[in-house]
Amino acid sequence: MRTVIFRFTAPYLTALMVLFSIFVLLRGHNDPGGGFIGGLIAASAFAIYGIACGVVAVRRALWFHPMAISGAGLFFAVVAGLFSLFAGTGFMTGLWIFPVFFGNEVALSTPLLFDIGVYLVVVGGITSIALALEERDTD
Amino acid sequence: MAGPSDLAALKAEAMVEGALAPIDYLVVAPVAVCLLFSAVLLMLRKRIDWHPWLAIPGFLALFAIDVLLLLKVALEGPQTMMMGNWKPPFGIAFTVDMLGALFVTTAGFVGLAATIYATFSISRTERRYGFFPFLFLMMGGVSGAFLTGDVFNLYVWFEVLLIGSFGLLILGSEHEQLDGATKYCFLNLVATTLFLITISYLYGLFGTLNMADISGKAGRFEDDGALLTISVLFLIAFAMKAAAFPLNFWLPASYHTPRFVVSALFAGLLTKVGVYALIRMVLMLFPAQHADLATIIGWVAALTMLVGAFGALAQSDLRRLLNYFVIAGIGTIFAGLALTETGGAGEALATAASAATGTDGGMSAAATTGSAAPLVTGTSNLVVGLSGAVFYALHSIVVMTALYLTAGTAARIAGSSSLRGMGGLWRRAPGLAALMLVFLFAVSGLPPFSGFWPKVILVRGAFQSGLPWLGAVILLTGFLMTVASARVFALAFWRDAPEPALAGARDFGPTGQPSPLLSILPLLILAVFVVAAGVSPQWLVTLTEVAARGVVDPAAYVGSVFGGAS
Amino acid sequence: METALCLVVGCLFTVALYLLLSKHIIRMLLGVVLLGNGVNLLIFTAGRVSSIAPPLVPAGAETPLTDVANPLPQALILTAIVISFSFFAFLLVLAYRAYQDLGTDDTDQMRVAEPEDDGPPPLGY
Repeated sequence: MRTVIFRFTAPYLTALMVLFSIFVLLRGHNDPGGGFIGGLIAASAFAIYGIACGVVAVRRALWFHPMAISGAGLFFAVVAGLFSLFAGTGFMTGLWIFPVFFGNEVALSTPLLFDIGVYLVVVGGITSIALALEERDTD
Repeated sequence: MAGPSDLAALKAEAMVEGALAPIDYLVVAPVAVCLLFSAVLLMLRKRIDWHPWLAIPGFLALFAIDVLLLLKVALEGPQTMMMGNWKPPFGIAFTVDMLGALFVTTAGFVGLAATIYATFSISRTERRYGFFPFLFLMMGGVSGAFLTGDVFNLYVWFEVLLIGSFGLLILGSEHEQLDGATKYCFLNLVATTLFLITISYLYGLFGTLNMADISGKAGRFEDDGALLTISVLFLIAFAMKAAAFPLNFWLPASYHTPRFVVSALFAGLLTKVGVYALIRMVLMLFPAQHADLATIIGWVAALTMLVGAFGALAQSDLRRLLNYFVIAGIGTIFAGLALTETGGAGEALATAASAATGTDGGMSAAATTGSAAPLVTGTSNLVVGLSGAVFYALHSIVVMTALYLTAGTAARIAGSSSLRGMGGLWRRAPGLAALMLVFLFAVSGLPPFSGFWPKVILVRGAFQSGLPWLGAVILLTGFLMTVASARVFALAFWRDAPEPALAGARDFGPTGQPSPLLSILPLLILAVFVVAAGVSPQWLVTLTEVAARGVVDPAAYVGSVFGGAS
Repeated sequence: METALCLVVGCLFTVALYLLLSKHIIRMLLGVVLLGNGVNLLIFTAGRVSSIAPPLVPAGAETPLTDVANPLPQALILTAIVISFSFFAFLLVLAYRAYQDLGTDDTDQMRVAEPEDDGPPPLGY
């Protein structure tokens, strides 16, 4: 699989797919999309990068261990639920704030944080499984 | 469709009003704490030396929360929290009654003991593979399964605990583990898929998945056959999870392959989650169908007990012998679920009253101290059987965990887990041998330990509800397990150590001798329960009575969800 | 419509069970995939096939403008897909590891955990 063309295009493809995955993630609240699908897109991006340039390159590019990324995602998801503790509402209640950045109203919410958590869990989990499969292919 | 104007009215109809106090969060706290610790430990991959010192406080916190929850439920009745503030049945309910609280507290208890044990028995490499994060994930799944009040959510927690258990099972990636894990994973996946199939039928029939809602609607449902189908499917799915007789073969194929501490938690907790789900789904939601199925459950129970007892007699490896003890325990719990009101309800009650007041002497007089109050007040056999089953399940959780942990220490000292290779442990580790004797007595159902009282309740219940053969099988199983336990003790502890050449070659964890206190402490913690429940069972019987009544008459459970749902 | 879907579900279950009865792990894996898909379709059918409009509130409005499809089965299916997908991924890795380490994907030959020549337990002291 390590042809010159593939190895040359894979990093660009990966970057584009990761960008697209974040778009899908953010789109998710009001339209089809969301953390799981976004996470799958990002994980397949890293899988493609791994097929083209090797598992070591992916691990270096990710910087964090995939399982640590999963852990961070799980942490965000639980914390998103715990915010409602301070609001005195049921666990996992959606809470919204609308801060204004540079004149634009930005809707931030605990569902968004939860979705980001899901995204990270999926990216970490599926990437580590994909890397485990690819690693075995090469040795 | 509603116009925009009555949006506020719609919202008032769908959302819970009123603020919650932080104390109400106890209902979700066990799950949240487990998942939070799992996440933090996953992120701290580089700092594996910190893991034990974070995990022990984590489990201490979990156990403290569980105890508080149990107290709250005991004082105030079932508690409910609605996820996301949605009103039932729209939102996912977390409802905890006495049954769930008892199970979750016991789970936290053995989790704490196992964690202390794991701090020295799990090597650095295995910690790096994520032992503690997976442990917390599994505990989160187990706690969630015990606390949730939504059928689909129960399925999700089943899957969460399965993911955690997969991670723990293949820790180390030895050939034996891969072999066992393959069977375990496929069988459990099929069981949960069967559960999901049943859920979809349930949803198709009722249009709701809230347990309290279904419980209210099931009684008024006319199509009996459909409910019976669903009950049978639930029975098959949960019997598979619990390793009841015709579906038990995955358990002896896999439970002896992981580390001892992992086996201990699996044997203690995972099968009991299946039992809990069976009680919750079939006994609470479909009581009429349970009465139809009771005979089958009785046969399953009897065969499971016999398979477990005879299987244990035939084993030459201590761990595989313990696998069969787990199965025998599951059979005993199922026996309690086979008792019904019908089966001569009228005269059974009369017998119960006369037995309680009569002078049966010795043993049953002693038993009356355990279950006198309910019998005098004319409690049905259903409650007696269920109470005994819950008591036995709690006892089994603790004692199976304890047995595997003790076996782990014994195998490390002896350098083998084969009964042919072990020996002379009485001399080398008398304290350990004494503890093992306590746990073996308890698992065989001998007084004065925790296994005795639930068996007394179950046997009496079986005789009173016109199932003498079931009572006889319980007693026979107890006898066979006593023989198997005696063999374990005589071969592994009592006799002199065999020639070193006979000892197995398998390595059981780090070779450095554990500090004596740390290896004995978790066993002592578990032994406290075993002795306390054996010497003074009344407090536990009272609690399991409340739990059983709550299942037989779920009015309080339903009221907690739909009444003042906050 | 429901009848046709029920038939499809039945076919999926039949094929899945047949594959799961095989002794080769790779076929069992395929069976697991088909079983998962069959269940998803079953949940969908159990939720009744009504309107096909997606249950989305258009921008500006506060409630859906027309009758929409039942969103709850869709949420259940989404969860079930997520779970069955991750399980399949895990099982795939596990089966692959087992194949590499044990040298077989035939479950009849996987006797490491339960050796056949274990012999009887000690019969005396």
